[in-house]
Amino acid sequence: MDTIIVGVDASDASTRAVEFAVDRAKHNHWQVVLVHVIPWSPFSFQTPEENATRHAAKEKELAAATEHIMKPAAELAEQGGVPHEEYVHHGRPSDTVLDLARNHQAVHIIIGRTGDSGLRAVFGSVASRLVQSSDVPVTVVP
Amino acid sequence: MNPVDWFNSLSDWITSTVFFSVSVGGATLPIIVVWLVMAGLFFTVWLGFMQVRGPKLAINLVRGIYSKPDDAGEVTHFQALATAVSGTVGLGNIAGVAVAISLGGPGATFWMILAGLLGMATKMAECMLGVKYRHEHEDGSVSGGPMYYLKDGLAERGMGGLGKVLAVIFAVCMVGGAVGGGNMFQSNQATVQIINVTGGDDGFLAGAPWVVGLIFAALVGAVIIGGIKSIAKVTEKIVPFMAVLYLSACLIVIFANLGSLPSAIGQIFSGAFSPEGVAGGAIGALIIGFQRAAFSNEAGLGSASVAHSAVKTKEPATEGFVAMLEPFIDTVVICTMTALTIIITGAWNDPDAPEISGVSLTSRSFETVLPWFPTVLAIAVVLFAFSTMISWSYYGMKATGYLFGDSPVAENGFKVVFLIFTVIGSAAALGPVINFSDSMIFLMSIPNIIGLYLLAQVIRKEIHGYFERVQSGEVVPVNQQA
Repeated sequence: MDTIIVGVDASDASTRAVEFAVDRAKHNHWQVVLVHVIPWSPFSFQTPEENATRHAAKEKELAAATEHIMKPAAELAEQGGVPHEEYVHHGRPSDTVLDLARNHQAVHIIIGRTGDSGLRAVFGSVASRLVQSSDVPVTVVP
Repeated sequence: MNPVDWFNSLSDWITSTVFFSVSVGGATLPIIVVWLVMAGLFFTVWLGFMQVRGPKLAINLVRGIYSKPDDAGEVTHFQALATAVSGTVGLGNIAGVAVAISLGGPGATFWMILAGLLGMATKMAECMLGVKYRHEHEDGSVSGGPMYYLKDGLAERGMGGLGKVLAVIFAVCMVGGAVGGGNMFQSNQATVQIINVTGGDDGFLAGAPWVVGLIFAALVGAVIIGGIKSIAKVTEKIVPFMAVLYLSACLIVIFANLGSLPSAIGQIFSGAFSPEGVAGGAIGALIIGFQRAAFSNEAGLGSASVAHSAVKTKEPATEGFVAMLEPFIDTVVICTMTALTIIITGAWNDPDAPEISGVSLTSRSFETVLPWFPTVLAIAVVLFAFSTMISWSYYGMKATGYLFGDSPVAENGFKVVFLIFTVIGSAAALGPVINFSDSMIFLMSIPNIIGLYLLAQVIRKEIHGYFERVQSGEVVPVNQQA
C-alpha cells in the first residue's frame, strides 16, 4: 500500500486538502499520513526565562495542536475509511514535511494552498517550497 | 549611625576584604584575581587543553548535527549559548575594555586575551555541572546553576553540609552581583553614553540622569514584573544584529587605520611585557587585563551556568563544550576588537583618557573615523545593557528563589529591589555602592570555584568520557547513524 503525506494546519484550505486527500486515498488504496508542523527554529534567540520553561511549553503546544488541529483531520480520515497515521512535530514546516515524505517513501504530498497566516492572495510559502524541492508530485489544494 | 554611613562602611569592609591585595613588584595584586586565574590554569591542564582540542566538536554541537529529531521544540545548544552570550556581552566589553587600556595600556589586551583563553576551561567545567545537577520542577521547568551543583554534587561526594553552606553563600553573592554588576554598572554606563549623545554636559539630560534610569527601570519592570515578554523578545532579536553592527564598526575603524595595525599589535605585545607609564609595569598590566576579562566573560563566577543549564541534552558534557565558546566570543573576539579600536586610533593616549575612561573613551575612538557612530553606539549600548539586565534579573531571581524555597513573594521582592537599583545606578557616581556590587560579583567565584575543585573528578570524567566517545566513533552525528 502506497503512502501519501498531507500537511495539516488550522486553515480552511487545509481542511479541503484533507478531504481531497481522503477521497483520492479511497480510490487509490493509499495510506494517509497527516502531519502538522509547529514552526520552530533551533537557531532562534530567547530569554533565559523562555529557555527554562521551554520543555513545558513544547508539551503544551503539542497537546493543543493534537487536540485542535490533528484530531479534526484524523476524524475526516476515519470517516472516509482510509488507514491513517498522525504526526505533530516542531520544525521548519517545508523541511519537516519533506523529511517525513522521504522516511515513509511517500508517493505524493497534498497540502492546502494558504496556511494559517491568512494572506489569502499570496501563494503559501510552505506550499511553494514543497513544490520546488519535493522529489514526489505535490498537489496544492486551493 | 545612619543607614548610608552604615552601608558605606560595610561596602568598604567588603571591598577591602574581597580585593585584599598583596604588593608584587610595585603593583597591587588582588588575591581574588589570582584565584580566578589559578582556576583557569588548573582546568586547562586538568581537562587536557580542551580549548585547543574541543572547539571543532563545540561548533558541531552548536550547529545541531548531534541533535536528535525528537529534540525538536526543546532548547538547543545554539539557543542556550546565545542566551548566555547575550547576558555576558554587555558594558564589560565596551566600557570595561576602555577602563583596562586607560589604566594598563595596550599590553592589558594581551593579558585579557590570555585570561579569556584560560576562562574557556573554567566555563566548560561550571556549565557542564550546571546541566548535570539541574532541577526539574513539577511544571516541567528547569533550574540550574552553582546553587544546585554545590548542594547536590557535593552531597554525592559525602560533603552535603559543606555543599549546602557554599550554595547559600553563592546564592547570596549572586543576588548582590545581579543588583550590582548585572544592573547598576549597566544602567550607569548606558546613561553616560545617552547623555554624551544628547548634548553632553549642556544637554537636556545632563542634570537628570535618573530620568534615564527611570525609563530603564520602567522597561525592565515591564518585562520582569509586567510579564510583557514581547519587549524582551524584540531585544533578544535585535542584540545579535547590534553585535554584528558593533564588530563591523570596529573593523571599519581598524581598516581606516590599516597602516597603524602592525604597530597597534606591536604595542599589545610590547606593552604586555614592558609597558611604559603603567603602575606596576608588566604585572600591573597583567592584573588589570585579567580583572577586566573576568568581569566581562564571567568565567569562574558561575552565573552563565544558570543560563546554560536549560539546554535539552542527555550528555551534560556537550554543554560544557558549547559553553567554552562563550569566553572566546566575549573576550578573545569582542573585547579584542574594542581594544584594537581604542589602540589604533590613539584615543587611549589622549591626555584626558584616564579621566573620561569607560564608554566615553570607546565612543571617542569610533568618532575619529565614523563621526555619527556615537549615536549608534548609544543604541547598541542601551540594548546590550538591557539584555544583560534582563539576564541578570533572572539570575538574581533564581538565587532568591533558591534561598526562599521558590517563594513568589521573595522573588517579586527581589525584582522591585532590582529596579530601584537600576535608577540608583544611573544617577550614582562609581562610588561605594558600585564597589560593593563589584565585590559581590567576584565573591561569587569563591564558593563556586571551591565547588569546582571538589567536583573536579566528576568534571573530568564527564568531559573526557564524552570526548573519547566522539573520538572513537561511538557518538556520531545524527545523519550518520545507522
